Parts: sequence; structure tokens; C-alpha cells
Amino acid sequence: MGESILKKRAGIEKQVDEFMDRVSEAGLLCKNGMESYLKGNMEAFAQAMTSIRETEHKGDALRRSIEQDLFTKTLIPESRGDVMELLEDMDALLDRLTGLIWQFEIERPDICPEFHDDFKELLHYSVESVEADVRSCRAFFKDIHAVNDHIHKVSFWEKESDKVSTRLQRAIFRRQDLHLSHKMHLRFFAKQVDRIADEAEDVADRLNIYVIKRML
Amino acid sequence: MFAIFLTSGLFLGWSLGANDAANVFGTAVGTRMISFRKAAIVCGIFVIFGAVISGAGAAKTLGELGAVNAIAGAFVVALAAAVTVYWLTVLGYPVSTTQAIVGAIIGWDLFSGALIDFGALEKIVLSWFISPILAAIFSALLYKVIAYGIKYARIHMFSLDALTRSGLLLAGIAGAYSLGANNISNVVGIFVPISPLSDISFLGWFKLNAAQQLFLLGGVSIAVGTFTYGKKVMLTVGEGITEMSPVAAFVAVLANAIVLFLFASQNLQAFLLGHGLPAFPLVPVSSSQAIVGSVIGIGLIKGGRGIRWRVLGEISMAWIATPIVAVLISFISLFILQNVFQQKTYIPVEYQITAMAELRIREAGIPVDSLADIRAKTYPTAAQFQKAVSQRMALSAREINVVMAATEIDRTMVTSDAVKRANGSALKDDQKRALRKLWGKTFEHRWQLEKALAEASPEWRVKPGDKEQSNEVLRDLDYVYRLIRASE
Repeated sequence: MGESILKKRAGIEKQVDEFMDRVSEAGLLCKNGMESYLKGNMEAFAQAMTSIRETEHKGDALRRSIEQDLFTKTLIPESRGDVMELLEDMDALLDRLTGLIWQFEIERPDICPEFHDDFKELLHYSVESVEADVRSCRAFFKDIHAVNDHIHKVSFWEKESDKVSTRLQRAIFRRQDLHLSHKMHLRFFAKQVDRIADEAEDVADRLNIYVIKRML
Repeated sequence: MFAIFLTSGLFLGWSLGANDAANVFGTAVGTRMISFRKAAIVCGIFVIFGAVISGAGAAKTLGELGAVNAIAGAFVVALAAAVTVYWLTVLGYPVSTTQAIVGAIIGWDLFSGALIDFGALEKIVLSWFISPILAAIFSALLYKVIAYGIKYARIHMFSLDALTRSGLLLAGIAGAYSLGANNISNVVGIFVPISPLSDISFLGWFKLNAAQQLFLLGGVSIAVGTFTYGKKVMLTVGEGITEMSPVAAFVAVLANAIVLFLFASQNLQAFLLGHGLPAFPLVPVSSSQAIVGSVIGIGLIKGGRGIRWRVLGEISMAWIATPIVAVLISFISLFILQNVFQQKTYIPVEYQITAMAELRIREAGIPVDSLADIRAKTYPTAAQFQKAVSQRMALSAREINVVMAATEIDRTMVTSDAVKRANGSALKDDQKRALRKLWGKTFEHRWQLEKALAEASPEWRVKPGDKEQSNEVLRDLDYVYRLIRASE
């Protein structure tokens, strides 16, 4: 009996790990996709888009399966609600990364070459903040005392991303040769990328509370 | 008539199941680690196993109610205890069923003029303090150790969940088994010697004797009590006193079990002393009170802010109310049964310093010269006789016990019916032969019967130093005595 319970738990532990892998993977695919787009390699961009869509589907399926297990097997009654919210939050981040690539595909923004590096740097920081979130979440499940080591990094990357975002938007609006509509379009994309880091920070803040609740 | 008398025992079993299952599964259900339904089913099954398999081997088969010498009286005493526990269960407080029974017996003592067991009263009062304090200390220490272990073992949240759940279930199973084994004698023990039931064989490979059938019935009543009414008290223990994590819930039941094992287990003490090791002192510990202490211990180690002191205050009042209410209900019910329904609720026990009794007292090294003026005088109750003795000489508690036991008039005759019923029982053949030798003989005092049996067979002799053997002989003597009484 004990063995089968442990097996079931090993199953859900694996699912949680896989779900986190998908979130992490989405960050890397998003970076690849945007780099391909900036390079004008639309074939590679389309490939990244297909991959990130698959990743998102897998992530959704895993989240649903984990949530179903949590309720049908009445697991971790003391933290079930918190874990559910955490998974929803991480899934929202995954969706946002996927959504960004889709927005590139739909709107095809015309990004001037001089902004390429800033866009790449901005996305790098946002993806790093998501990565730090993923590490915090893994620690939340495996080694709760180590969560804080990762959470503070989320804030660090978010601040870096804020700096780049401000710098980038300023540079965009300083350009005299661009139409206002073009500037606003670029600003929209800069903010979309920056928002990923903001949301990652919100997730980390909530995670911090879940940790405190579990330590009580 | 037997069936009617048995109903109060079964009602007591039902109340016990509704209340005491919380000691075992309260924290698991309160933290939602085990559903109430699952807990009630598991608890019920293992209570029945404990009752049928180990209940018959318990040292005091007759239970506390064995002190009541008339079956109608035992009926009322069990009923009074059951009503008390039922009332406190409805209110949702974990209370000790044994303490309710002891209280109801004191009501009977008062009514019948028997001596009140002040030792038992003292034990109850002591257990109100000792049980929660010991359990709180153990649970706080254990919680620290386990929390430290979890921190450094880096166990995954879901594995920890699985381990805790399995731990709670196993502890619950063990607790339910011992709940059945230790309490069944209080529920049906008194009815075993007067049971008209005969052995039942199931297809020749499984046999239940009369006692086991009664124990099964009692076990079922405990299980039904847990299932139908156990949830409220479980939630008081599991979430009413303080909010608990599942690990804390496990620590609480573990601390409860350890305290009961270390400080209330005669077997452990005998084992340690037998191997020349220092033993833990045996102190009165009640599981119902220890589990509350365990929960408090965890609340305190977390800073004490989460403890609901108002609930604790109410629980303490319920503990104090348990024996007091049981005394009152028992006394009033006995009065009604005796005077309105004309039932014999006690057999009057007279005391007299007979020549044989005097000899026995002298043999024990107690001078009885100062009692010369009351020699051969009959006293109608123990209380009156004890008063007469204490006016004439100062005796220690042990000496009083010797004098009371020696002078108690208890005329018995070994009838053919008693011999026949003993032949069909689980007594040893040598013991049965010894009883047959005494057929037709009459005795003035109970100790004379016991002495005659001891002289007739070594199987009836208590071996000094062998606690298990002496407990067994005392239990068998009690059984035979009741058989003789029931067959007169």
C-alpha cells in the first residue's frame, strides 16, 4: 500500500518537474524565435513558433493533469490551493511567452537594426526572471529553505529588464525619422517583453507568501 | 434480561467509539489528510480486530465494572458513563471514557455504601495534569527533531505528503487496535460470566467462543459509534485547538502513543525491570487527555499564538465534568432503578471479624487486640465497618486493605452448575479439576475460596515475581467467582 502511494507521488512529482521544464523551454524557444525574427530568418521563426505552441499545449495538459490529481487524490491538503495558484501563474507566464511570439507573427513589427540588441537584452532579462521563477518553484517543492536563494534573483532580473525597457523606449521616441505610429508599435513590443519580467516578479511575490505559510 | 443489560454496555461502546476515535484519527481528519469516512472505516475494522483478538488477553477482562457486584447495578453504571460520554461527545469535547466509568462506579459506591476508591479519584485528577504536560513535552521535542530531519533530508513536498499520510494511517491502525483491545473489557467484560451464548464455528476453520462473540459485538458498537458520531470530536482535536500541518498531525499521534507506551505500559515496565534496566515511572495517563496535550505542545513550539485558549478552557471543564456528572447520573439512576423498578442494583456486602478472618489478619502481622469489642459483630456496609475499625486503631492504607479483604463476608457455594459452566470455559484442565474437588463446599469469605483453590492445584497459585502469571491467575479467579455467583 505504502509503495503504491509513493509510486503515485513519484508520478505527480515527475509531472510537476516536466511542467517546469516546459515553462523553462518556452523561455528559450521565445528567445530563439525572436532572434530568428530579428535576423529575418522566417523559416527558423516559424519553426520556433510551432515548437512553442506544442510546448504550451504540453504545459496545459500537464497542469490540468496535476490539478486533477491534486483534487481527486486529495493530495497536500494544507498547500493545495497555493500549489494550484502557483501552477496557474506559471502557466500564465508560459502563455505570455507563447503570446509574444504569436504577436510577432501577427503584427510583424518593423524593428530598426539599432534596437535589435536592446530587444534581445530585454528578452534575455525577462526570460532569466522566468528561469529564476522556475528554479524557485522547483525549490518550493523539493527544498523549501532554498526558495529565497532564487526569489531574490527574480527581482534582480526584473530591475535589469526595467532599465533596458526604459532605455529602449526612450531611444525609440528620440528617433525623429520614425512615424509616431511606428514608435508606438515598437513601444508596445518593448512593453510586452518587459511585462513578462513584471509578471515573473508578481509570481515570486506570491510564492514568497506560500513559503511563509508552509513554514508556519 | 441478559439482552437488556447488554444494551447499556453496547451504548457505552457506541459513546466510546464516538469520542475516543478522535485520540487516534482526530489530527489526521482535522488536517484533511485522511477523510472522515476512510478514518471511520479503518478505525472500525481495527477496533473490532483489537477487541476480538487481543481483548480477551487483557489483564483486566472484567474491566472497571467488575467492581460492581450486581448485574442491574453494572447496567446502570455503564449507562451513566455512556450518557455522560455521549453528552460531552455531542458538545464535541474529547473526554476519557474510563474516567466516566470510574465516576459512575463511585456513584454506585456511594449508593451501595461500598468504600470509595480514593486512589482511583486521585489518579483521575493527576491524569488531568500529567497526561497533557507529558504529551506536550514529547510532541514539542519530537516536532523539533522531525522538522529538523525534513529540512535536511530535502524530501519532496509530495513524498512528504505520502509519507505523512502513510504514517498517520499506520499510527491510526495501531491506535485503533489498542483502543479496541484496551477498552473492550469496559464495554462487555462484565457480561462475559453471565453470557448465555455458546461457541460458533464457521465452517470448521474459524471458531468464536462466547467471550469473543461478546467482544465482537462490543467492537462493532465502538465502530458504529465512530462512524455515526465521531466526526465532531475529531475536528475539535484536529483543528479546534489550533491549526496544524499534516506533519504536526503525525507528530501529535506519535507523541501520544509514545507517552502511553512509556508511562502507562505495565508490560514495558516489567520488561525493563526484568532486564535490570531503569524503568519509567507508571503514571496515570489518559489517551484522550494526552492527545490534547500533544496538540498544545505543537502550538506552543510554534509560538503559541495559534492556540485557541477558549476551546482549551472548555475542554478542561469537560474533563472535570466527566467524573462528576457520571457520579450524579449513576447515583440518581440507581436510586430510581432500585426504588421504582425494584431491581437489585447491589448485593449488600457485610463485614465481620470472624475467627477465620482474625487468623488471617494476624498472619498478615496486624495486631487485632484492640478490635476485640467488635469481634463477631456484623456491619452492613464497608463504610460503617471501616469507620468502626479506624476509631479503634490507626492502620496504614495497605493494612486497611488487608483487614477489609479478610473480613468481607461473601458466602459462596460451589454448585454443580458452576462446575459444569467452568468445564465449558477456557480454564486449564488442572484448574477445572481443582474446582470440581470443591463441589458442594461453602465459604464464608472470598479469600477462603481462593485459598482452597490454591491448595487444590498449583495452577491456582500466584507465583510471586511473575506478574503475567499472577495477573492471569487473578483474572481466572475473578471469572470463577463470578461463575459461582451467577449460578447460585
